[in-house]
Amino acid sequence: MNQYDAIVIGAGHNGLTNGAYLAKAGLKVAVLERNPYIGGATVSRELHKGWWYSNCSYVSSLLRPEITRDLELPRHGLQVVSFGGGATFMRNGDHFGNYSDHDRHYREMARHSKRDANAYDRYAADTSLQTKLIRPYLMRTPPDPTSMKPRDLRDLLEFARSFMDLGEEKLLDTIKFWTASVGDYLHEYFETDVIKAHMAGSGIIGTALGVYSPGTAYVLLHHYMGDVDGNVGAWGFARGGMGAIADALSKAFQSYGGEIICDANVDEIIVKNGQAAGVALKDGTEYKAPIVVSNLDPKRTFLDITNPSDLPKDVLKKARNFKIRGSSGKLNIALDGLPVFNGLDPRNRLMAGDLHFSDSLERQERAYDDWKAGTWSKDPYLDMMIPSLTDPTMAPPGKHMMSVFVQYAPPKVEGREWTDEDKDGFEKSVIDQISNYSPNFRDLILHCETRTPREIEAEVGLTEGNIFMGELTFDQLLFNRPFPGYAQYRSPIKGMYMCSSGTHPGGGVMAAPGANAAREILADLKRPNTVPGGYADD
Amino acid sequence: MSDISRDTMLLTTPFHSRVEAMCDLNDWGNWMGYTTPNAYFDVELEYFAVRSTTGVFDLSPMNKYRVTGPDAQRYLDRLITRDVSKIGINRVGYAIWCDDNGQIMDDGTIFRLGEQDYRICSYQRADDWLAWNKLGFDVTIDNESEAVAGLAVQGPTSCTVLTLLGCTDLNQLKPFGIAHYTFEGQPLMVSRTGFTGDLGYEVWVPPETAEALWDQLFELGRDYLIKPIGSYALELARIEAGFLQANVDFMPAEEVVRVGRTRSPFELGLGWLVDFSKPLFNGRSALLKEQANGSRYRFAMLDVEGNKPAEHSFILKGDKQVGTVTSAAWCPTAKANIAYAQIEMPHGAVGDELVAEIYYQRELHWTRLLAPCKVIDAPIFKSPKRWQTPAPPH
Repeated sequence: MNQYDAIVIGAGHNGLTNGAYLAKAGLKVAVLERNPYIGGATVSRELHKGWWYSNCSYVSSLLRPEITRDLELPRHGLQVVSFGGGATFMRNGDHFGNYSDHDRHYREMARHSKRDANAYDRYAADTSLQTKLIRPYLMRTPPDPTSMKPRDLRDLLEFARSFMDLGEEKLLDTIKFWTASVGDYLHEYFETDVIKAHMAGSGIIGTALGVYSPGTAYVLLHHYMGDVDGNVGAWGFARGGMGAIADALSKAFQSYGGEIICDANVDEIIVKNGQAAGVALKDGTEYKAPIVVSNLDPKRTFLDITNPSDLPKDVLKKARNFKIRGSSGKLNIALDGLPVFNGLDPRNRLMAGDLHFSDSLERQERAYDDWKAGTWSKDPYLDMMIPSLTDPTMAPPGKHMMSVFVQYAPPKVEGREWTDEDKDGFEKSVIDQISNYSPNFRDLILHCETRTPREIEAEVGLTEGNIFMGELTFDQLLFNRPFPGYAQYRSPIKGMYMCSSGTHPGGGVMAAPGANAAREILADLKRPNTVPGGYADD
Repeated sequence: MSDISRDTMLLTTPFHSRVEAMCDLNDWGNWMGYTTPNAYFDVELEYFAVRSTTGVFDLSPMNKYRVTGPDAQRYLDRLITRDVSKIGINRVGYAIWCDDNGQIMDDGTIFRLGEQDYRICSYQRADDWLAWNKLGFDVTIDNESEAVAGLAVQGPTSCTVLTLLGCTDLNQLKPFGIAHYTFEGQPLMVSRTGFTGDLGYEVWVPPETAEALWDQLFELGRDYLIKPIGSYALELARIEAGFLQANVDFMPAEEVVRVGRTRSPFELGLGWLVDFSKPLFNGRSALLKEQANGSRYRFAMLDVEGNKPAEHSFILKGDKQVGTVTSAAWCPTAKANIAYAQIEMPHGAVGDELVAEIYYQRELHWTRLLAPCKVIDAPIFKSPKRWQTPAPPH
């Protein structure tokens, strides 16, 4: 009993994906979950009767279509539905709208600046070029630059060639892009505050950096490289909330014979003679397996559930120094009706997209200043959605569910733990921000779930509540993710692997880390590969 | 102002004033001589309205023929390949009709409205064909195309929206059932039919109440996220759901000039609609012969590797060209790359592994791609909502 070929710790989307591919290869696999429900941060919860919250992750565009198709997730009930639109509301009562149609979008930009509207095409081409460089590597293990193995040398050569093929000018642009701040990158194209601020949001979401911090241009890219049906950069909701993704993955996993065990809180990975041998739960139960895969973030994996005597010092050091800073919080709100914003007709299609209130880079940077000072932003950057305008299953007819991603929220408040009073203050700053632009908003609130980094860490297990399980800066990307020498999903312990968003290619409900890790595990076991490659870029 | 009369080439449907008001993109097409929207605001979002909420499509240009009289059923039984007596009153049957050589003229739906009272709803015009077939039968055939306006109301919340409109107990209506209501003092007929593969209905009214129907639907449907959809979005939905389209997946037999370009029901995967237990129907002897001797082609649904739609592709078996693609799309809900192909026999059986020769252009550069593909046995998109009675609320 309790003997498996492989054990995966954590039933988030990457753990379930990893388990599904191992089970598909014929392994007897168990996925262990600490909570009584699966999903991790990919979850839908009915916290107010009749209203469903995607109470952590809230949009799905990065979920790899190769995996969705290969694991037949639509057959297992997953339906991803595109949404469109979006706007940044301005202090002067105006707004900047985001239209999917190119020429309608031009007209809206031109209303603010003809020059910016024209520059958008150059911006779109340059940004697309950068996504084209990175997209082919999403469904692949990053090459190890120090390795002499043929596979690593071949992949490194290919990687280098794709950069050298750019020519001198674009290569220099690329190097600049990967290290630049999103603010500086946008300055190269645009002159209008609200346009820059609208676009800069993607550069800071989930990151403890400001719009002028180096490295944030890449974070913007991370949000643009997804696709819904080949429409690169388009965004979608999972019908029924993000939990629908975990549900479909769990059904796929179970269809291959996999077993999910909830309320299984892992205390320690059991290692015998340098080889993983299973896990011990906090309640004393033991599960045995020669393969143990951790879907916890790198810090929890190496500092919490692995015995330090089983690990070399350099890994403990790298894990301790891994950057995984809490920077965001979330409000999930049940609304009695549709709020009205700044004179925008509530029936306007822009309402169904991502809505924001920071109309300048200056305001976004000041919001970051508050975080540095150890408190939540007084003028927070919000990435706000009303999924019930696209998915009728999220709230009763005519009522709405609102998801408000909030930046910034520090992991600790002025160096101490969050208190309930802090949480109330944080909540108030967000409600006030929205109310400043929507006179009827406050009266429509029926229920509000507020999650600071404290709640996210406690419930989901993300260290400091960092949504990406580690900052997406160049020092922690590709062959540096989670740390140099360990970017190919293997740990220093034989038979122990990593598959979380803390590994390449990072967070965002892609499921690629889980799939890529399974490919490496199967290769080590000399089993036939069950994991698909990425679609060729065009 | 001028008094120049404006006699436009294209007509407009009874819903046009409302359609035009919602057509943000001003992207118009010509369907059967009518001005119809290709897209209203965003093809992708229109498509997703059908899959997640409710999409409304103006299908008024469809051709509608009323067939009444003592011989109505006998007449139709000679005309179409399936057994008409099996279509009960207030039921709809999907049907095809062939020429004497057993080659498909068109497909459509047969609405049985009374004992000897039917309506044919077809994509192609059929006045000539229906008139010649009338010889010797005591039937009256009326072209009702302009007298009946129609909206397809399709998607998970469609039943709820139509119920609010006054279609009481609509959720009890079975697939292919018909229900009759009154709207604005005029008849309103609902059939649980559609071209999307989802829960959905088609609503039929006289042109006088068309605008009121549109207005009330969109008013009542607002909380259920109702949206208008154009022909591009419908095209995506129908390919995903496995529906054939005349002039795309087959040529109407009597319009074909070149020898060998027509297709039989067997060659389009529609053999299940041919009922040889009937003593006589158009094309019967030719189809019997084909059944005995074998068909020239096979209709195949292909699951194509990769994400490039195999539009207009040749299909290869080894080095040999064995077929061509008629419809293809990356299917957004099923997340699969689907193509319909005409494959030369004996190739194209379920499970057969073929190659699609795909050409696509990016920034004026053409790329040729050889994508492996597999013949699948059923449409890739299967919504349980389509068949559930009572219909689900969303």
